[in-house]
Amino acid sequence: MVMLVVAFVSFSLFNFVGDPINNMVGEETSDEERDQIREDLGLNDPVHIQFIRFTGNALKGNFGISYQLRRPVSELITERLPATLELVVISAIIALVSGTLLGVYTGINRKGFLSDVILAISLLGVSLPTFVIGILFIYLFAVILGILPSFGRGEVVDLGFWSTGFLTLSGLKAIILPSVTLSLFQMTYIIRLVRAEMMEILQTDYIKFARARGINEKSIHYKHALKNGLIPVITIAGINIGTLIAFSIITETVFQWPGMGFLFIQAVKFVDIPIMSAYLVFIAFVFVMINFIVDILYYFIDPRIRVKSEAVSG
Amino acid sequence: MASQRLTLLSRIKDSDIYFSFIKSPTAIVSSVILVIIFFCSFFVEFVAPFNPFDPSSLSLMEAFTPPSWSEKGMTKYILGTDGQGRDMLSTILYGSRISLIVGFSAILFSLLLGVTLGLTAGYFGGKYEMIVMRLTDVQLTVPSILMALLVDGIARGIISRELHDEMAIYVLIFAIGISEWPQFARVSRAATLVEKNKDYVSASTIIGVSNILIMFKHILPNIMRPVLVIGTIGLALAIIAESTLSFLGVGVPPTTPSLGTLIRIGNDFLFSGEWWITFFPAIFLVLLAFSINLLGDWMRDTLNPKLN
Repeated sequence: MVMLVVAFVSFSLFNFVGDPINNMVGEETSDEERDQIREDLGLNDPVHIQFIRFTGNALKGNFGISYQLRRPVSELITERLPATLELVVISAIIALVSGTLLGVYTGINRKGFLSDVILAISLLGVSLPTFVIGILFIYLFAVILGILPSFGRGEVVDLGFWSTGFLTLSGLKAIILPSVTLSLFQMTYIIRLVRAEMMEILQTDYIKFARARGINEKSIHYKHALKNGLIPVITIAGINIGTLIAFSIITETVFQWPGMGFLFIQAVKFVDIPIMSAYLVFIAFVFVMINFIVDILYYFIDPRIRVKSEAVSG
Repeated sequence: MASQRLTLLSRIKDSDIYFSFIKSPTAIVSSVILVIIFFCSFFVEFVAPFNPFDPSSLSLMEAFTPPSWSEKGMTKYILGTDGQGRDMLSTILYGSRISLIVGFSAILFSLLLGVTLGLTAGYFGGKYEMIVMRLTDVQLTVPSILMALLVDGIARGIISRELHDEMAIYVLIFAIGISEWPQFARVSRAATLVEKNKDYVSASTIIGVSNILIMFKHILPNIMRPVLVIGTIGLALAIIAESTLSFLGVGVPPTTPSLGTLIRIGNDFLFSGEWWITFFPAIFLVLLAFSINLLGDWMRDTLNPKLN
């Protein structure tokens, strides 16, 4: 349902925004040639036929030809997809792991000096735009220290359908700065969330009971408290993967990372509608998938939901 | 007249907001910084040492002058000059004016839109409320920066290229404004739901005050506190969004550079060692956003302790 709406929006984009012919040809093209291209692209057909054709093509992964690069959009997307996904996955892992760890730490040691420092940094992190972080990183690590590359993916290994930067040293080096940059903003959110959760949970009766039973603190914190604290984290993490993909547009521009965000921003600049609409459909697809996966994860993590749904079905 | 002013002043002095303001050093420091920035930006013609858009004041010979405290610096350019010999301090002040204008207008636009929709949705309820809230839910899942980029891209398609540079600033305001309104709609709807069951609303209804009057004259003032909190934090977000879009090259045209544009231009010189061209606008932007966020945090604690 959501996908259909998005498909319609991106189709309208495709059809009613600007004159694609104008974007494709130069100033000197004659009217006859323009009409010929229009006919070839099927732009003279009635709107509903065009929409059906658009949806059908989209299902087959065919989004037409980029106005600017004159290549099939699907080809461009599959070419760029691995770069973005690798970046997003690595940043999500960094944000989740370090965000949870720091959040647990600040939640347990509420008065400590280190906790104050972490929280101050996290407030600063909300005010720091992603691109400023990226530039500062580039300046520090690439220009002054010269230890990490500032742009591109390094060497990539082509696995046929997937080109990965994980298998070469330069590829691994290249992903450090962009992924840390991308993860910082999300990390600050997760820190605050986990901290609030931990503080709340540590007040509950079952934790007090566990303490009374003489279970050691470490096991209480990580085995009993953290488990319940993780449920909202998963919800937020699900939404945040979508945000990460959106923010990868910025990171990819700063680091000239050859991913989809970089492609998209070029498309916005040159009004390359096929790429824009394909990107839109892709993002919507990712959102729907993430929601689905998060719902399934709930089922596995929270026994209460499992019991409830079994009671309903049984 | 004088006595009236005195009572207003003493009323402010007696209020709990004033008390908590005086007690909070972060609130004082951040608002002092903000007042200075606002003042310098709006009276930039009188404050800035140079006019960076006046070609006669530029000299290419003095391009890439480092800040005044470094070896090759000149005292007349405190923060150095950029690639066209423009004084960095003046350029930053002019740029922050653009950023502030766009930020304020965008947040005002989304405030008007969001509060109107939220207020009416909360007041009338029913199907209308459901539709509005559905819309906010859908839009909240789309990251605002993506939304703004899409609006900007569509606008580029509709508006012809010649007109685009003139329209760019309005497009930007619209794009950012449209991506921030759901927050306002949610908060004002929630507050309206509480308010509309209070006695003063029933009393107004009984004596036959029209719905519009009840909503905008009687309920609106009572829901302004949480809206202002969201508005302050939203202002920081809007300023960051503006500079991000300008940094990506889809914001304001380079002829009227905002802070984001300056950072993007400066970014090109980073590798050749001219760090100050991108560094100072970036620091300025962070200072601006950080101060607004601190003030917003304080406002949230003071004005509305229950808001999470």
